[in-house]
Amino acid sequence: MPYTPDKPPLARSSDQLRARIPGWGVDLDPKDRPSVPRERFDPEHTGAHWQFPERQPERQPRERSIEHKFLTPVFGTSCPPRGLSGVMRRYAYRTYSEGRAAHWLLLLAADRVDTAESTLRSLVTRRPDNPVTETGVRSEFSHHGLASRTRGRRADRVHHPLDPIVVAAPWLLAGGLVYAGVRRITRHRRG
Amino acid sequence: MRAMVYRGPYRIRVQEKDRPSIEHPNDAIVRVTRAAICGSDLHLYHGMMPDTRVGTTFGHEFIGVVDEVGPSVRNLRPDDRVMVPFNIFCGSCFYCARGLYSNCHNVNPNATAVGGIYGYSHTCGGYDGGQAEYVRVPFADVGPSIIPEWMADDDAVMLTDALATGYFGAQLGDIVEGDVVVVFGAGPVGLYAAKSAWLMGAGRVIVIDHLDYRLEKAASFAHAETYNFAEYDDIVVHLKKITDHLGADVAIDAVGAEADGNLLQHVTAAKLKLQGGSPVALNWAIDSVRKGGTISVMGAYGPMFSAVKFGDAMNKGLTLRTNQCPVKRQWPRLFEHIRNGYLKPSDIITHRIPLEHIAEAYHIFSAKLDGCIKPLIVPNTA
Repeated sequence: MPYTPDKPPLARSSDQLRARIPGWGVDLDPKDRPSVPRERFDPEHTGAHWQFPERQPERQPRERSIEHKFLTPVFGTSCPPRGLSGVMRRYAYRTYSEGRAAHWLLLLAADRVDTAESTLRSLVTRRPDNPVTETGVRSEFSHHGLASRTRGRRADRVHHPLDPIVVAAPWLLAGGLVYAGVRRITRHRRG
Repeated sequence: MRAMVYRGPYRIRVQEKDRPSIEHPNDAIVRVTRAAICGSDLHLYHGMMPDTRVGTTFGHEFIGVVDEVGPSVRNLRPDDRVMVPFNIFCGSCFYCARGLYSNCHNVNPNATAVGGIYGYSHTCGGYDGGQAEYVRVPFADVGPSIIPEWMADDDAVMLTDALATGYFGAQLGDIVEGDVVVVFGAGPVGLYAAKSAWLMGAGRVIVIDHLDYRLEKAASFAHAETYNFAEYDDIVVHLKKITDHLGADVAIDAVGAEADGNLLQHVTAAKLKLQGGSPVALNWAIDSVRKGGTISVMGAYGPMFSAVKFGDAMNKGLTLRTNQCPVKRQWPRLFEHIRNGYLKPSDIITHRIPLEHIAEAYHIFSAKLDGCIKPLIVPNTA
């Protein structure tokens, strides 16, 4: 009880816990744990045989945080920026530090633009995006979807209906725009 | 090669992709034999992490066999069976020299606040991940380790993130003998954190979640006392009551950015992306731990701001300890614990799904179907 000096007693003593739980207390000494102390200067045993790593060739301009002094010697090369989303991403990196909300909000907006651009681009390939197979929603029928969602008192049940909206809204919006556009053209030709 | 690729929020597919190549003299190319989906992959899958580009291959939990090495690699050779920590790190920067491998400053040009992580968006360096047949592994002399012959693949893949992170999370709690430890989240990391708390001498371990099947696992796997927060009007008050109104000595947030329990927080963060994460579990940790207590956070949050109850943390004199886990630092001790039978990492694996069906695997894991706790992905080339 916090109103008096002593800590509330535990239901089981250390000896009882040691007897019941395999390995209880093997890391008891706080000083003898792998991440203690937090910083341990030991550059000789990391496996690195360099003071500063050799630089990976920069085959195309690589965007970087303006909080970095220079391009890091090693970097990922997956998915270079392209299209309108690429323009937005480059702008976000070039203009705003990581400390600015604008940096992250622009990158998030670019992610949504990237999704739209990629989906449109996929329509002219031999493998257009397929929201049914790509969402894995078929597993609802093979892996007890309904039973899993209705069992117990899951707190997430209340927002499950939002997931299809998040997934379907851009498709419905795009479909609606295409429909409206086609209708307008058709009417224009008839008129 | 076949690889999982991101197509937009809640959408992924498997497609042909170029096999990765050596881009730096200390690179290795690893043929993946096992990968896992991490709870934090779901933040990418749900479109929460800024700069997650269409076409990216996720996956930061994987093991495999070395297929090719760059000219400066000394410690690995083709056909070595290796486990790869989720951190990409150089071994020589200011941070790596001090053992803070997850904070390496030489591998992520996109951000200074976070190190490099395989398949975890451009915010974490723009590297493709291991949910594929092959993956590029930078700094092959520094990151990967050869898997001991006695260790099973399923145990090894759990060591690349989930087990190491859970064990690290318990260390961040600075647990001393007899401490009352409350773990928020009974996912893989929470289960391992709860189990690790006993190794560090906890006197009582409590696990909080809203999924009964996961709480049952917390009781059987981690010997924990469990409570379903959905059954209580206010879980913080309940935690106070069961600790004689003192509160826990240590609280561990093993949930992170998509915490449930407060609809407004969840929807603004996970659905509308207006916060870096839903800090429900973190706020519960702040409110349920005792004054002067310690909070360990290794649940993952995005780089944006979140509505955290910092005033309570300050007024209570709490110690907040956080970081991404420097995985390789944990391995020698965890190898011992596994060998001695104190930990059996693969016990939490519930699903084993071929790479070709990874879209279903993500949906099952995301929607918490079929009693899913930890899904493994097995590529065709395994």
